[in-house]
Amino acid sequence: MKIILNNKEEILEGDKLTINELLKLKKYTFKMLVIKINGIMVKKTEYETATVKDGDDVMVLHLISGG
Amino acid sequence: MTFEQVKQILKTKTIGIAGCGGLGSNCAVALARVGIGRLVLADFDLVEIGNLNRQFYFYDQIGMLKVAALKQNLSRINPDVRVNTFDIRLCQSDIIEIYSKCDVIVEAFDKPEMKYMILDAVLNFLPDKYLVMGVGMAGWGDNNLIRSRKSDKLIICGDELNAIAENCPPLAPRVGVVANMQANAVLEILLGINENQIHSEN
Repeated sequence: MKIILNNKEEILEGDKLTINELLKLKKYTFKMLVIKINGIMVKKTEYETATVKDGDDVMVLHLISGG
Repeated sequence: MTFEQVKQILKTKTIGIAGCGGLGSNCAVALARVGIGRLVLADFDLVEIGNLNRQFYFYDQIGMLKVAALKQNLSRINPDVRVNTFDIRLCQSDIIEIYSKCDVIVEAFDKPEMKYMILDAVLNFLPDKYLVMGVGMAGWGDNNLIRSRKSDKLIICGDELNAIAENCPPLAPRVGVVANMQANAVLEILLGINENQIHSEN
């Protein structure tokens, strides 16, 4: 499948992935993450069930200290 | 647009700034200079000597509430800007209440938990609101790592990499770059893209 991940096109194997699978695959291990799929924020409790499919626009944002 | 035309638009606008540290104080100053109508500032902290390496305060303001000191400084730059201040530690319900009438909200907190809280509040309870966040600005150098990106009404400014650490302190230049980038993103939201300007490709 082809998705947009943080504004870049990515080709991934399979036709869907859960959020947790995507995070593992892309080696995102940060604590304070925000994920949006097609503009909608995914709750942390849904990372095991919410899926990313072909054509989805996914944003992964890592919130870090400083301001 | 001429600067006079820009000012005519900006004077009708209200911007909420959540946090008045390095990002918030410098962003507020930039917006006051270009003639924004109203700023809504919130912070519970006092000015400390350690803030002066990056935040828009003066030595003789140490010990003052940041919101009071910033209001004073903004009025010395542009007395036409109306400034509302809240000396509170913001929670989600405050954010929704205080910023629901703002045209754009600027996130200027230091702690990631607070950044998460405002993002969660705005996306879920104020979905029509633009939110301009600052993420990643500690250290020095590496100008080209600092950038911005957009996802619907969420704009993220910063390098998204460099958190504050003992050996990676926040300092005026990089913090100021991101704060002014946030102010610049606010202008683009309020004024639209300037057709008389050369633009980047992304």
